Amino acid sequence: MAAFGTPAGRPWQGRGGSAGFRFTLYAAVAVVVMYLDQHQHYLEQVRYLLQAAAYPIQLAVNSPPAAWRWIGQSFESRERLQAENARLRAAQRDLELRSMRYEALARENGELRGLRAALPPVADRWLAAEIVSIQLSSLRQRLLIDRGAVNGVFKAQAVLDDRGLIGQTAHVGPWSAEVILITDPEHAVPVRIERTGLRTIAVGAGDAASLALPYLPANADIKSGDLLVTSGLGGVFPEGYPVARVTEVHRDAVQPLAQVRAEPLAHVDTDSEVMLVWFRADRPTAPTPTTGKSLGELKSGIPSLQPQAVPPRPLSAAPGPPAATPQPARARPQAAVGRKQPAEPQATEPQATKPAAAPNATEPKAAIPQSAPPEPATPEPATPEPATPEPPRHEPPTPQRDAPHAKEQQ
Amino acid sequence: MSAPSGGRILFTAFVALVLTVLPLPPWLDVLRPVFLVLAVLYWSVNAPRTGDIALGFFAGLALDVFQGPVLGQHALALTLVTYIAVREHQRIRSKPAFQQALIVFAALAVYEFVLFAIDGWSGHPVTSPLRWVHTVTGALLWPPVAAVLASGARGRA
Repeated sequence: MAAFGTPAGRPWQGRGGSAGFRFTLYAAVAVVVMYLDQHQHYLEQVRYLLQAAAYPIQLAVNSPPAAWRWIGQSFESRERLQAENARLRAAQRDLELRSMRYEALARENGELRGLRAALPPVADRWLAAEIVSIQLSSLRQRLLIDRGAVNGVFKAQAVLDDRGLIGQTAHVGPWSAEVILITDPEHAVPVRIERTGLRTIAVGAGDAASLALPYLPANADIKSGDLLVTSGLGGVFPEGYPVARVTEVHRDAVQPLAQVRAEPLAHVDTDSEVMLVWFRADRPTAPTPTTGKSLGELKSGIPSLQPQAVPPRPLSAAPGPPAATPQPARARPQAAVGRKQPAEPQATEPQATKPAAAPNATEPKAAIPQSAPPEPATPEPATPEPATPEPPRHEPPTPQRDAPHAKEQQ
Repeated sequence: MSAPSGGRILFTAFVALVLTVLPLPPWLDVLRPVFLVLAVLYWSVNAPRTGDIALGFFAGLALDVFQGPVLGQHALALTLVTYIAVREHQRIRSKPAFQQALIVFAALAVYEFVLFAIDGWSGHPVTSPLRWVHTVTGALLWPPVAAVLASGARGRA
């Protein structure tokens, strides 16, 4: 085909050269655009603008179903609404109780892991977004939500509903964002089988109700009913959020891989709202007082369970001398070992007995002087050698607060 | 038939775009033809000077914004189809409706094949055979779509 030649046999001649020339031109533009969009990221801004331009049309196109839903909702019977309200209230109470417990457990877990391992990143901020449109064909499973860059939404942000993972944002416009669902055939989410810890990848199977796990060997320990949670690999989804439940495991003797299907826990087709989640970027290590403080601000759990300041060892040693030195008097074999080790049980003891005393023990300096006073009071009548603990107690002049405190108690 | 105005073409293209992105239940969504491609095809055959390759390109770009994983994918496919239609518009126009529908089927198959190939190259392979269903329904719906567009054009002109 003579793309650039002048078509002599053609009776018509359009503006701007022959059809072949214009075709070549536009095709070249399309190819360049595709290349830029795929390999470079120059077109983010263009996409952003186009998404903004498309949003009104998308809103308009989706208004009939939305209007239908609205009409349905406004004519719902009163009893039904009341029943639903009661149910939601009960559910909320239940969830609140659970979240309190979760706070406590998360903190305890963090404490146990100590400085070694990182806590999974904790949800920092939530934003509810309404679903504008749902596209659930076998080729594309996308949501359009009514939050965009002006709300702080960013690309590849995790989207959840109250039951599990939904997907991640694929394109973000100023007022809207497109969410690619985990069931989209183009989407894969790194998961972990909760029961065994086995990591694998769950790929969208193309229908709204199933995921495929195509990369599991036939002898993998997986069975129907296993819960899949995000593994945290890949960096998009934080660790430990429920994704799907295994529904079908098919092992073929001749196939090296097992064919596993899983059903997503999130129900996109019945949701009208989804949650966008911001996770704290830094992975808090053991709950040092500073993280404890910020956590306390973020979540409202049981106040007495909030602080649990595990004093970092070097800090506890600094104001510690008055608390640490009486100890050798009681525990003689450990007297030579050093101050730090005896300081440990002392710090935890008072917390276990009266955690409410320090509802916001954000800094260890406040927590430890409070724990110190009862300590000198008890050993003094019991031990015959008060002479040795006495001098160190007067020695540190810096903690003005506990020095008079200790004297009062004497 | 006199050439319809550019505004009329743009209006029908817009309506076709809305029909293309209108949310439908999944089973119907598979069956739905790409109305925008049908409209663009109609105009490139029947008004090759106004409805031009540029129309194909920008209609494709609009489709990309709404449902393309890669920007430019539908634009390229639709540019190609429009080019073929504009080139062969006289031959196509003189055919009876049934043969036109067959040609449209072929054009839609080319269109979908380009999409399919680009999907593969850009790393989003969707190999489900369902993606080809719309070529058949598009061809079947071609006579009524053409009739609607023609009646509108005649009514105006």
